[in-house]
Amino acid sequence: MSDDRPFKIAIQALGGQGGGVLSGWIVKLGERSGYIAQSTSVPGVAQRTGATIYYIELFPRRLAEEQRKEPVLALMPVPGDVDIVLASEIMEAGRAIDRGFVTGNTTLIASSHRVYAIGEKIGMGDARISPDSVHAAAEKAAGRFLSADMEACAAATDSIISSVLFGALAGSDALPMPRDEFEAVIREQGRAVERNLAGFAAGFDAVRSGAVETLPTAEETEAPESTAAPAVRPLLTRLETEFPEVTHHMAFEGLKRVVDHQDPRYGTLYLDRLKTVLALDDDDYQLTTTVAKHLALWMAYDDIVRVADLKTRATRFSRFRRDVVAAPDQIVHVSEYMHPRIEEICDLLPPGIAKWILGSKAARRITGVFLGKGRRLPTTKLRGFIPLYIVASLKFLRRSSYKYQEETARIENWLDLIREAAGRDRAFATEIAALQRLIKGYGDTHARGLRNFAAITAVLDTLERQPDPADATRRLHNAALADENGVALNAALVRLEKGEQDSSGAEAARA
Amino acid sequence: MAERSFAKEVQDLRIGAGEVFHGEGILAVTKALLQSGVSYVGGYQGAPISHLMDVLADAEEILGELKVHFEASASEAAAAAMLAASVNYPLRGAVTWKSTVGTNVASDALASVASSGVLGGCLVIVGEDYGEGSSIMQERTHAFAMKSQMWLLDPRPNLTSITEMVERGFELSEASNTPVMLELRIRACHVYGSFVAKDNVTPDFTLRDAMENPQRDYSRVVLPPSNFVHEVEKIEDRWPAAIRFIEEQKLNEFLGGDNGDIGIVVQGGLYNALMRALELSGLADSFGNTKLPIYCLNVTYPLIESEVVDFCRGKSAVLMIEEGQPEYLEQAVNSILKNADVETKVAGKSVFPRAGEYTGQVLKEGVAAFLDRFAPTLDRDEAIGENRLSDGDAKTVAATVPGRPAGFCTGCPERPVFSAMKLVQKDIGKFHVSCDIGCHLFSILPPFDIGNTTMGYGLGWAGSSALQADSKQRTVSIMGDGGFWHNGLTSGVGNAVFNKNDNVLVIVDNGYSAATGGQHLLSSRATNKTKSTNNRISKAVKGLGVTWLEEVNTYDISRMKKVLTDAMTTKKKGPKVIVAQSECMLNRQRREKPIRQKAIRDGKRVVRERFGVDEDTCTGDHACIRLSGCPSLTLKDNPDPLRDDPVAHVNNECVGCGVCGGNAHAAVLCPSFYRADLVYNPNWWDKTSTRIRGAIIGFLQRRRDLRRARYAFE
Repeated sequence: MSDDRPFKIAIQALGGQGGGVLSGWIVKLGERSGYIAQSTSVPGVAQRTGATIYYIELFPRRLAEEQRKEPVLALMPVPGDVDIVLASEIMEAGRAIDRGFVTGNTTLIASSHRVYAIGEKIGMGDARISPDSVHAAAEKAAGRFLSADMEACAAATDSIISSVLFGALAGSDALPMPRDEFEAVIREQGRAVERNLAGFAAGFDAVRSGAVETLPTAEETEAPESTAAPAVRPLLTRLETEFPEVTHHMAFEGLKRVVDHQDPRYGTLYLDRLKTVLALDDDDYQLTTTVAKHLALWMAYDDIVRVADLKTRATRFSRFRRDVVAAPDQIVHVSEYMHPRIEEICDLLPPGIAKWILGSKAARRITGVFLGKGRRLPTTKLRGFIPLYIVASLKFLRRSSYKYQEETARIENWLDLIREAAGRDRAFATEIAALQRLIKGYGDTHARGLRNFAAITAVLDTLERQPDPADATRRLHNAALADENGVALNAALVRLEKGEQDSSGAEAARA
Repeated sequence: MAERSFAKEVQDLRIGAGEVFHGEGILAVTKALLQSGVSYVGGYQGAPISHLMDVLADAEEILGELKVHFEASASEAAAAAMLAASVNYPLRGAVTWKSTVGTNVASDALASVASSGVLGGCLVIVGEDYGEGSSIMQERTHAFAMKSQMWLLDPRPNLTSITEMVERGFELSEASNTPVMLELRIRACHVYGSFVAKDNVTPDFTLRDAMENPQRDYSRVVLPPSNFVHEVEKIEDRWPAAIRFIEEQKLNEFLGGDNGDIGIVVQGGLYNALMRALELSGLADSFGNTKLPIYCLNVTYPLIESEVVDFCRGKSAVLMIEEGQPEYLEQAVNSILKNADVETKVAGKSVFPRAGEYTGQVLKEGVAAFLDRFAPTLDRDEAIGENRLSDGDAKTVAATVPGRPAGFCTGCPERPVFSAMKLVQKDIGKFHVSCDIGCHLFSILPPFDIGNTTMGYGLGWAGSSALQADSKQRTVSIMGDGGFWHNGLTSGVGNAVFNKNDNVLVIVDNGYSAATGGQHLLSSRATNKTKSTNNRISKAVKGLGVTWLEEVNTYDISRMKKVLTDAMTTKKKGPKVIVAQSECMLNRQRREKPIRQKAIRDGKRVVRERFGVDEDTCTGDHACIRLSGCPSLTLKDNPDPLRDDPVAHVNNECVGCGVCGGNAHAAVLCPSFYRADLVYNPNWWDKTSTRIRGAIIGFLQRRRDLRRARYAFE
């Protein structure tokens, strides 16, 4: 063999991804190609979904025979002394870089996909971390950096990411063994051979084609292009003539949403409301765009009618088949986990009756018998579909409902706050508009969102007195999304009050 | 039975002299035990020696052929007590566990057997769970060896040295009438390599011989006056005998060059890492050839004074490489040199970190610091790859990479216990939670953040026993089935009953010793040829006198929540025990998945459940994830152009345990979760009913689509 030197290989993986399989393959590959192979790992708790590392050393048997001595192989990688790093996820490539395993001599092969860490997943907004800096660092740090979405390759070939990485290792030419030898290892093991070979081939091709980066995702099944229905054409005309172009994209999406939620008349209300803000905006129309988005979300509030409607749509039926990766003709039954409470029912009733029921202990107790626990509705069966279909047809009740009245009052109040602020500080007004993001979800989540929204809008006066009101508002916004129990928000509010007192004290002193 | 099966690999245990054995370190240790003519083996599972127990369990047939008795001991104490068989009889025995935690548990019996002394060779194989990946307090086994005066072997981490030391360990034990500990670091346990095998040996004197010819020697019992005699024996007979054997048999090695002004003394287990550090500094080649004299301690206790003095004499300084603290070896070397009037300087913790694992990098830096001080003229040549990252880039990467704490597996039945607990805390306020050892300890990590302390295996309830007062809030303690049978039955439940405890215990009964790799227990549901299973926890608890007892299926979150609330608020005084049951999902999948796949292949009707989230009703608050943390419940970009926050998403790893749906119900979260039943090989009725339903539902959907088209925008 021309390349007669030892190889040090680290696999940086997540517990449960099958890094042990890959490690075993590389050992077998080495042994059948004239190498003394040693591998180690640290099983234990890290195997349960944590980050873990496998380490392999391959030493040419010929060199050892010449010396008549066994080589002394290390049991863990040393920073600066790793020839090949295989990372089963892009952040794990980052971890390998952080640990110093990736240098100018290293071939770094990484899957570009993300497996979000628990810290990223539990955020109340978007706590995901961008891997861009890891990508950039990998390009810089590694002698060679090869990356592809190997998770997608594995899914496309119904194999596991280990086979794709093994293929990528073969494709990288970082080891001197030919492709046949790699494939022979998979064949010899004799488990899920065809699928593993398919995954292997996908990995091999992914790094060979230089087609670094993602495979095309499953194609969207888009509805055929159709022109706007006559009933909404006047709305579109209004949008195009009365609103500047930069706002069109968002306002169009917003308009579509509210009309879908109710009817074209609701769309007119949306444009009317949006227009009052446009009148106060400046040339970049940042405020109008922001309001266009959040106003639509607020007006298309979630109620049982909307949920029932979304759950029974034909498009949703094809989507869940895709989501659960059903085979083309496979029968799939779906049941919904619903827990409608008396509050959700009252949302649809006339305000008077709703208030009476919500205020009456007896009425609550009686309805509690029917609504006390969660239900599973089989939407793909008639006894689930029909009730949902009927509820979805109750749109006509909305305008006279309790919830509509409540939301209308809240929306108008919010718009008043925006408009009031816009006259003095448009950036501040934009941040007030963005506070709608806090109001989401159902039940307790929704109540908490409303509470946080109210807590922040209650101190708008104080916020406006800050050196940068928009920034101060954004900070409260973020604090509200920091934890479920409002600890961060309360602390931020206290700080704001205190800072206010401090600075007013300072002003007083100066005076 | 266990998470990993060695059924295939154990066949290699039969190979004979001259054949090359390929395999993992612990498998090699098993082979070496058989080559040593061992009569009995016991132990308790735990990383990093879990696989040793699994190998032994899978090898019971071969063990039987060689007349070796194997026990999956109830605890490390039980395992250590097995060694009593070697006190009176020339029987070789080996026991194994995770150290130092297992050694803590075993130390009562260990101290006794060390006092009595042994006739047959005794080997205690300890898996040292220290450094990266460790789940326990960072302590040293060395202290146990010293306090009980057992000898401690720390072989070079290659299979030839490890297996050699197993065999020599028995000889040393017999030569000095002392139990011997063999310390294997975590990576050595799992190192894959090879060695040349020998024939297996059936012992001449068997267990049956012992039972049919009982021998008794009053002087071997730890009771006055013998106990005082034992101490003297240790000093006057056993110690010198051990020193003689180690010296004569050259268990320690003098490697590297034989001249020079400086030298290195290293624990055998760190030898390979040291050589790599020297190689990367241009001071050694790949075969361990180096000019630097190296004294490799394959026996770290006792130290051989004459060897230490001979090695150090004439050198200006030696480097003592000793992992962990306190630095017993360094102190001992200093004391030996002082007594021998040798002036050599000893550098150890002065150039190495006092705490933490001695990785290749740490060793490289420590050696460099030593050479800088004591051999600054020595030619060195750093041979490592070029670091092309600026400090700023490196810092950015460090700050970007998210931490990945361990967590419950996909579909884990323990998850809903803590989901329910989180919900109960919302209702009745926070309470003190005393944790135990086991997978359930992941509750202390996000997203649950539940649990105050963990005092040891099976000690969950004992760990909260002081918190017993006339209080408005009770405490909750956790215990796994593993911990329960290990000692929690007595230290927890018995203790609570006897002391009229008024608090709550949740026993997580998943049918396995799950955290250690899915070994069977007394209460496992599975049948096991060689073990008695299906002994219910509830029966044992009742037998101890607990009257408030509930068994709950963990996946029924609403009921779990209700039972927990009842236990916390009932007026009834006395200990309350909830047995939360559901099979470990990892083991269940391992068992069921192949069966299901085969059924699908064979054309049988199979329904696979999994869950999903509707992206258009999900508002991206992630409350569901905060109550679950399931690896298959993750995020994806929000497809809604109006929304920015990612939506929850269930990936295809979902095993359909139902916790996310159950949480959505119990916590009244949102209507986004759905369960999908995927039907494989549908029967006639499936097809017909689906066709009829499809026609009706399709008709209604088209009708509504038409209505919607009236307002279509594109």
